[in-house]
Amino acid sequence: MRAATLLIGYGNPSRGDDALGPAAIDAIERLAAQHPAWGKVEVVTDFQLQIEFVTDLAERERIVFIDAAASGAEPFSFGPLEAKEDASITTHALSPASLLTVFRNFHGEDAPPSFLLGIKGYDFDLGVPLSAAAQRNLEAAVAMLEQWLSANCAASLCHA
Amino acid sequence: MNSSLETAAHPENLRRVAIEPVSRVEGHGKVTILLDDANQVQQVRLHIVEFRGFEKFIEGRPYWEVPVMVQRLCGICPVSHNLAAAKAFDLIVGAKQITPTAEKIRRLMHYGQMLQSHALHLYHLCSPDLLFGFDSEVALRNIVGVAQRYPDAAKRGILLRKYGQEVIRITSGKRVHGTGAIPGGVNKSVSLEERDLLKKDIDEIVAWGVASVQMVKDLHRQNPALYDHFGSFRAGMMSLTGKNGALDFYDGTLRVRDANGAMLFDGVDYQQYESLIEEEVKPWSYMKFPYLKSIGSENGWYRVGPLSRIQNCDVIPTPLAELERKEFIAYSEGPMHAPLGYHWTRMIELLHAAETIRDLLDDPDIHGKDLVVKGQRAHEGVGVIEAPRGTLFHHYQVDDNDLVTMCNLIVSTTNNNQAMNEAIRTVARQYLSGNEITEGLLNHVEVAIRAFDPCLSCATHALGKMPLTAELVDAEGRLVHSLTRE
Repeated sequence: MRAATLLIGYGNPSRGDDALGPAAIDAIERLAAQHPAWGKVEVVTDFQLQIEFVTDLAERERIVFIDAAASGAEPFSFGPLEAKEDASITTHALSPASLLTVFRNFHGEDAPPSFLLGIKGYDFDLGVPLSAAAQRNLEAAVAMLEQWLSANCAASLCHA
Repeated sequence: MNSSLETAAHPENLRRVAIEPVSRVEGHGKVTILLDDANQVQQVRLHIVEFRGFEKFIEGRPYWEVPVMVQRLCGICPVSHNLAAAKAFDLIVGAKQITPTAEKIRRLMHYGQMLQSHALHLYHLCSPDLLFGFDSEVALRNIVGVAQRYPDAAKRGILLRKYGQEVIRITSGKRVHGTGAIPGGVNKSVSLEERDLLKKDIDEIVAWGVASVQMVKDLHRQNPALYDHFGSFRAGMMSLTGKNGALDFYDGTLRVRDANGAMLFDGVDYQQYESLIEEEVKPWSYMKFPYLKSIGSENGWYRVGPLSRIQNCDVIPTPLAELERKEFIAYSEGPMHAPLGYHWTRMIELLHAAETIRDLLDDPDIHGKDLVVKGQRAHEGVGVIEAPRGTLFHHYQVDDNDLVTMCNLIVSTTNNNQAMNEAIRTVARQYLSGNEITEGLLNHVEVAIRAFDPCLSCATHALGKMPLTAELVDAEGRLVHSLTRE
């Protein structure tokens, strides 16, 4: 039986604020012990989204994608995600919306309800740490996600 | 010999077409094409638009961090960098011979990567061009279009990739950033339970490997005029070969053949790679241009990757892939130089990777407990493997404080730099000269680049940082026409 909630944080930890997605996953993993009521929550981190992720998305109640956002709202944006073909469909790294489109074609049905958390980042240079502003945005985003998970989930954490 | 289209005599009088960035390749590349008033191509260049600076990033770090750190160079083949670095640091920790368990776990990981990378490339990135046509409707020419029209092929691609990723997860301990290979050996072996998990599906994976070769082979046979000649240019071939000249992705010695298939170098110890290869810097590209030192930069460049490996080796040590190699060699009657031959040879390699994984899963050494060896400490090491895209060099020097003082990486795509430039110049001559530029024609250029499966950068992908636009700009820099992929 698969975990009802899947959190996917993606980005390159050596690329400055691109590490926001994996960093958010680390933070949520630490918080999970304090929230047994979240139920089964599975976490995945990767550099980027790829086609085989469609096999991870199946049989979930909800999916949250977490990424650094080079543009968009500060400190973060969060909302439902719809399947959509975009330019990333022709690259090695799929956008989450494109991944949902591939899911539909692969499984013959729409993906489970999905959400995108985009945490604003500023500096994506190789080898630099998270910027101070991104760190603040991360804390705000994790606090929101903690509340959201408490409101939407129920039972124990497991790892991918 | 370098193409005459590298540098135009009077570029200031020419119209400029830019494909920026090239799509369906890893990282950001740009192609510029200069046309005269009669739309004749005068100059074509593949540029790398991002300075990477990975070598400086590595220098100053403790050596034991490096095999993990270098995985972050690339979102597509982190295992290649992990293994090449680990092989270099084996020598630095004095592990001249790692244990049988360590070597077989590394091989399993590497062949798993070869499987997933080759599957992704063919099914996700190239099958839209090959199945629908290079100038087919843009909206259809992607994985979603393939999934709608060829659902079985699309599923096969996704599940092959998934299986390769599972092999990597099991051998490296984690889905990404695993510490599978470390200086002197590996961090873990494979449990019986993990082996059984992989064995469950391996026969189907091998069968899909056979089907994948068949799919590309059929495309060649259905349209030999296209597949055997599109963007074709003559080049030498470099790769590692293993014992008895066998195809080996993990280890061996360097072999180079000329464009006729005659042996130029064989059995070269890659610790001495600097005696064989030099790198040239050109002012218009961040990526260097390697060439054979003894021949010189004008004529000494070469091609790496599947098309070279399959034609460089004497045998493939697994039966189904060996049958396919023989058929491929017989088909082309002499070395095949057409870039689309990469797809055929890449699928032969995918099949070989699947067969090798099946063999390794039956080898009791993968469950061993003897994982790491060390010996007399050294200060320098070179690690070379055949990565999915071709020969990958990692060279390090380490001081007495265990800090890296020198790092030189020649990645597979750099080895193919001149060859990719030659391919797009050939395509530009064949298809663009004298014609009005259309998206379909520009895609012909991209098809030639994609055949090499280049990895032009690393895995930065933050939201909002992936524009895909082709622009036609006149000699004064004014935008004449723009095409954007939505």
